[in-house]
Amino acid sequence: MRALQIDRKLSRFAAARIAGAINPGAGAAVGPLELADIDAPSLPGPGWTTIRPRLSGICGSDLSTIDGVASRYFEPIVSFPFVPGHEVVADHELDGRARRVVLEPVLGCVARSIDPVCDSCARGDLGNCERIAFGALEPGLQSGFCCDTGGGWGTSMVAHESQLHEIPESMSDEDAVLVEPAACAIHGALRAEPEDGHLIVVIGAGTLGLLTIAALRHFAPGCRIVAAARYPLQTRTAREFGADTVCTSDELPRVIRSLTGSMAYGNQLTGGCHTVVDCVGNDASIAQSLAIVKPRGRVVLVGMPGKVKLELTTLWHRETHLVGAYAYGTETLPDASRRRTFDLAIELAGSARLGGLLSQTYPLSEYRDAIEHAASAGRRGAVKIAFDLRGEKRR
Amino acid sequence: MPRPGFVLDVDRSTPPTLFWRGEGFSLEKLPADRSRIIYPPEPLAPLADVDGAIRHALLNPLDSDPLPALLFPGMKLTIAFDDASLSLPKMRTPDTRQRIIEAVLDLAAEAGVDDVHLIAALGLHRRMHEYELRHVLGDRIFDAFHPRGQLYQHDAEDPDNLAVIGTTDHGEVLEINKRAAESDLIVYANVNQVAMDGGWKSTVTGLASYRCLSYHHNGETLQQTRSLMDRHHSALHHSIWRMGKLMRDHGPRIFTVETTLNTDTFPSSFEFLSKREWEWNARDRATYLATAKSLQYAPTKVARKIFHGIEAPYRTTSVQAGHTDAVHEQTLKHVYAQQLVEVEGQTDILTLGIPFISPYNPESIMNPILVMCMGLGYLFNMYRGKPLVREGGVIIMTHPTYREFHPVHHPSYIDFFEQVLPDTTDPVEMGKKWEKKYAEDEWYRHLYRTSYAYHGVHPFYAWYWGAHGQQHAGKVIIVGGDPPTVRRLGFTPASTMDDAFEIASDVVGRSPSITHLHVPAVLVADVK
Repeated sequence: MRALQIDRKLSRFAAARIAGAINPGAGAAVGPLELADIDAPSLPGPGWTTIRPRLSGICGSDLSTIDGVASRYFEPIVSFPFVPGHEVVADHELDGRARRVVLEPVLGCVARSIDPVCDSCARGDLGNCERIAFGALEPGLQSGFCCDTGGGWGTSMVAHESQLHEIPESMSDEDAVLVEPAACAIHGALRAEPEDGHLIVVIGAGTLGLLTIAALRHFAPGCRIVAAARYPLQTRTAREFGADTVCTSDELPRVIRSLTGSMAYGNQLTGGCHTVVDCVGNDASIAQSLAIVKPRGRVVLVGMPGKVKLELTTLWHRETHLVGAYAYGTETLPDASRRRTFDLAIELAGSARLGGLLSQTYPLSEYRDAIEHAASAGRRGAVKIAFDLRGEKRR
Repeated sequence: MPRPGFVLDVDRSTPPTLFWRGEGFSLEKLPADRSRIIYPPEPLAPLADVDGAIRHALLNPLDSDPLPALLFPGMKLTIAFDDASLSLPKMRTPDTRQRIIEAVLDLAAEAGVDDVHLIAALGLHRRMHEYELRHVLGDRIFDAFHPRGQLYQHDAEDPDNLAVIGTTDHGEVLEINKRAAESDLIVYANVNQVAMDGGWKSTVTGLASYRCLSYHHNGETLQQTRSLMDRHHSALHHSIWRMGKLMRDHGPRIFTVETTLNTDTFPSSFEFLSKREWEWNARDRATYLATAKSLQYAPTKVARKIFHGIEAPYRTTSVQAGHTDAVHEQTLKHVYAQQLVEVEGQTDILTLGIPFISPYNPESIMNPILVMCMGLGYLFNMYRGKPLVREGGVIIMTHPTYREFHPVHHPSYIDFFEQVLPDTTDPVEMGKKWEKKYAEDEWYRHLYRTSYAYHGVHPFYAWYWGAHGQQHAGKVIIVGGDPPTVRRLGFTPASTMDDAFEIASDVVGRSPSITHLHVPAVLVADVK
């Protein structure tokens, strides 16, 4: 089968790191990512099945791997060589019936044939699986980072039945490929513990930021949302998805100060918003989050932060809650009901027509252009870039 | 003998006309046979001996005992003076206020008065920097009074230092600086550059609280202020004069010293700005070209620094002292003598070049709200009788209208631009919906009191200033402005003057009459 594959080649990672530092996405040309004809992955065990990706998105975590800047934290929980791609809508045949599915890529205890399952998996919190590098599979926190499963950037991959969610016929592939990032966003939005009347700031208006805004508006309609966006399309879409106020990150402290009637010393507000959902995850965005959130407020890191340098005195002094939000599992909604994040995401993708965020698709053969486009999406007036495998030869 | 102002009918031989464009200017050709240009009178001859005139005025006041007769040992004497919003540009030293205050202090010393406080009557304007106070008062006064805490700036948000004088028959509460209110005598040192200023406005706005100002600084009142330069037809001044009556009857005694300036605005390096274009000689044309080109390529910050560094060679044309009403009537005569130009009838289009400065951005940035304020507030209101432009006509302004704000001086202006203007540009509606939030914002209050920020409510006041012009004009066009910023103001952007005339044709047809108010210098059109 044809696939883009990443192998553990340290020299290539080093080259990618240099190229990516100069021009984001340039790691695709010199780094460890290669287009190759490889053997399709075999089924790892009972309950596993073959799926054939139709569309597969390019995520920020993919880009950081390709540009050689992913955190070394991941080294023990990925296995090489792997085929990236975890935002997947795919064809699947179940009992002779063709259907389309989206992949819930987290490889928890069930997929790893671990019995009994860990406490997190028992609760349905798959993202918190405590056996992520163990069991019947090679290490891999998700499909798309595990050498046993293949990934969405190949014409074929394997998935455990528990990972598959059938999508309605009425849902387009374009909407469906946004289900996985939407699930991340919903999880992040609900980790913000929004309540009616809360002022919630979303920093960053790339795919995750925009989807977080959509999720907040959908699941917590009584909160007030302020979004920090950088580019015109992001600003427009943030408003369409329900942000009450959109500004640049430079303007953000001033806007929050004004909305909350806060005082300030230096860059630090004395009051601030209830919650910040940081969908960027770098030094500056986290520092800004801590500066604009009220005492005992909540900062949710949805964007993967990696290694950052931070002044945490403010966190200590103002007793700020700094929480992570990774992936998905099962959510507790404001009405106390429990639902799987992917079910909520499928619901959101259908109602909010998230497919509009898919700006362009590329065939696998144009992967370098695709990666470069994804790495500069905001600047180029795009949001989500994906591979379109519907025209690929399936052998 | 200075020549009076006059109205030039533009014909084919008329050279292009100078328009201010913020920190720069351009020459624009106005359509022949239907355009006219109003030129200001030339600067009046100054007083030969300003210090002598001041002393004479103090000793021979109007409707008042001479100042020495009002001074006695043990008394509380407060000297209030106009802030950095006057003059524009700042005048060369010694500033007239310094001359007045030195003369008053000499008399006070002779009378054995030692409880003297000097207060900058800045109302809700930003506090003056030390170098500005030194410029206005001179080092000698500053060094004598400031270290002892006897020279300071009015704080309209200090509840412990405000006092209510009373309430007018219209229910307006007059609340002013407590030290001033409790003084045996207030001497007010004024520099009068336009007819709007001076009189009771000096004390009952410059030393007032926000509560007191809000009775007349609001959208409804400013819509009925026709014009700002004609106090007898100004709802704003009617309210202020009611408060003035209250002050006269129930407040401290006030001895007003008012001075008027001629219009000798620019130093010799910018002399061409004050000349009529057809009188430009080769040197003027060369200076214009060199200056305009340099400014075009200079970063805005550099151009701004150059212009705000200008010290105007203004000269004093009159000094009068005594009772506020009598003094101000004399002052107005002198102001009109310098500025009034008789103009026959209204026009379809009024063109205005907006300069780099307004009363609210000395040493600062002419932000978009101040562009509106300068155009529709100050320049539009430079009339007596009828507005220069007919009701429903078009006002065309030239200014870059960049989306730039001074973060220290104008913090609430930024929020006003981002939060209020997208919601409404209607002065009355914004007043009802938004003013309170800005006026009572603790942070703005803090910055006004301790930093160098205009009061939180000040962008509203700047906007209200243009309320009459906004209501009167059928369309407002800004040539050369940043289009999104211009639209945010509720105006129409145009890239060239010809484009602006084309856009205006929707409102005033294809052969409108056009009038250009030639600035500099300041003039008031007496429209018949």
